Amino acid sequence: MARTFTEGSKAVAEVIRVCRPNVVSAYPITPQTHIVEELSAMVANGRLKAESVNVESEFSAASVVLGASATGARTYTATTSQGMLLMTEVLFNISGMRLPVVLTCANRAVSAPINIWNDQQDSISVRDAGWIQLYAEDIQEAADLHLQAFRIAEHPDVLLPVMVCMDGFVLTHSYEPVDLVSQEEADEFLPPYRPEYYLTPKDPLTYGAMLGPEAYMESRYQLDKALRDSSRMIVEVAGEFKKKIGRYQGALIDTYKTEDAEVILVAMGSVLSTIKEAVDKLRDEGGQKVGVLKVRSFRPFPKEEVYSALEGASDVLVMDRAFSPGSGGVLTTEVKATFCGRKSTANIKGHIIGLGGRDMTVESILNVINDRAVVSGQDKVVDLNESLLGGQKL
Amino acid sequence: MKVILGGLIKSGTSRENHTGSWRNYRPVYKQKTCIDCNICITVCPDSCVVRISEKKFDFDPDYCKGCGMCAEECPVNDIEMILEEK
Repeated sequence: MARTFTEGSKAVAEVIRVCRPNVVSAYPITPQTHIVEELSAMVANGRLKAESVNVESEFSAASVVLGASATGARTYTATTSQGMLLMTEVLFNISGMRLPVVLTCANRAVSAPINIWNDQQDSISVRDAGWIQLYAEDIQEAADLHLQAFRIAEHPDVLLPVMVCMDGFVLTHSYEPVDLVSQEEADEFLPPYRPEYYLTPKDPLTYGAMLGPEAYMESRYQLDKALRDSSRMIVEVAGEFKKKIGRYQGALIDTYKTEDAEVILVAMGSVLSTIKEAVDKLRDEGGQKVGVLKVRSFRPFPKEEVYSALEGASDVLVMDRAFSPGSGGVLTTEVKATFCGRKSTANIKGHIIGLGGRDMTVESILNVINDRAVVSGQDKVVDLNESLLGGQKL
Repeated sequence: MKVILGGLIKSGTSRENHTGSWRNYRPVYKQKTCIDCNICITVCPDSCVVRISEKKFDFDPDYCKGCGMCAEECPVNDIEMILEEK
């Protein structure tokens, strides 16, 4: 293990290198570019013995890793925003064919209006594609998650693609001291991928054939069950990572000062560190009992773990970095659903925050906590600039 | 038929899938003007036309999808497609 001061994208590329992928294919798009740029350079100068396939679009990139994965290769791709949307059809095929592709989503807003900055609308929009979705809080976790992602994805009981989500720019382009896993550590943690089924002329197979009304439902049932069951492996792999590598940042969820908390904030990704700062401030200065629930695995969604962490609170404040227009925050909806039919009477309030790179300051978070008693039927859009709305009543 | 993970299908499994259930029209081999040319056997995409004896052909109902290619290609119009009714 070596500690180095590096950029988030480079840290991810270094971890992907020690995961020994056989095929890497991606189409550059801000803010994912540095990751694949670094990987291409590694292949070109011989540091990474993999096939790097240049493609003309994200649809092709996803198709390349689909085909390569079907031959039993370990595959990696990365994208964001519009690229993720262009990949969407293939994403469903990859999970449907149960191919353990690992993809980095450098979370970014989606068009229109075009915006290259960070929120999580891209990965949230492909929520139902059948992929495991794990969200990183900081660069160290983003790097570590990729090693864990291959282990989870390729386990014979799982065989599902994993999307590692890291906030664009905030994590991909900032520099932090990062402990990078060595080749020896990675090899010990991640065995070679040896699937039971793969494309070979010796024993031909058909991938993606038609299944009619007599068997399609069973295939979808298997996918759903595998995704739900994969939570066991996510926990197991995070535990083993802690044992062997010595770091742990949660498994399905993580909690911060929730034991005695009356108010708990729920979020995914890099905003968690800002929230923790606000929580520390409130505890240090006013003795307010505030805590944080980090959702690390959005799919599978850990219903039991989320409810258990929140049931004792009087106020649950959910922060969404994406939403479903016409309804509200997506994470909020999920959190509320875990309370349905349960005993807890916690007041759950949703907040849309930090869209398209809008700053989320400690002050924004403090305001959210202070305004928790103000309840309306709609999730609150935080830090709206009323002057830009031409006097529209909020 | 057991669904393999990911909906994969192994090779050599055509016999297990009885595609005859898809059929709306079925061929009738009239056996009147047949010239024994074997074109119906050649064009059948499911290889389900069988030659019973000289100038006598029939189809396997378990696999015939009723596509009508044999009737279309028969040079002497000895095959007719009729609506499948039970």
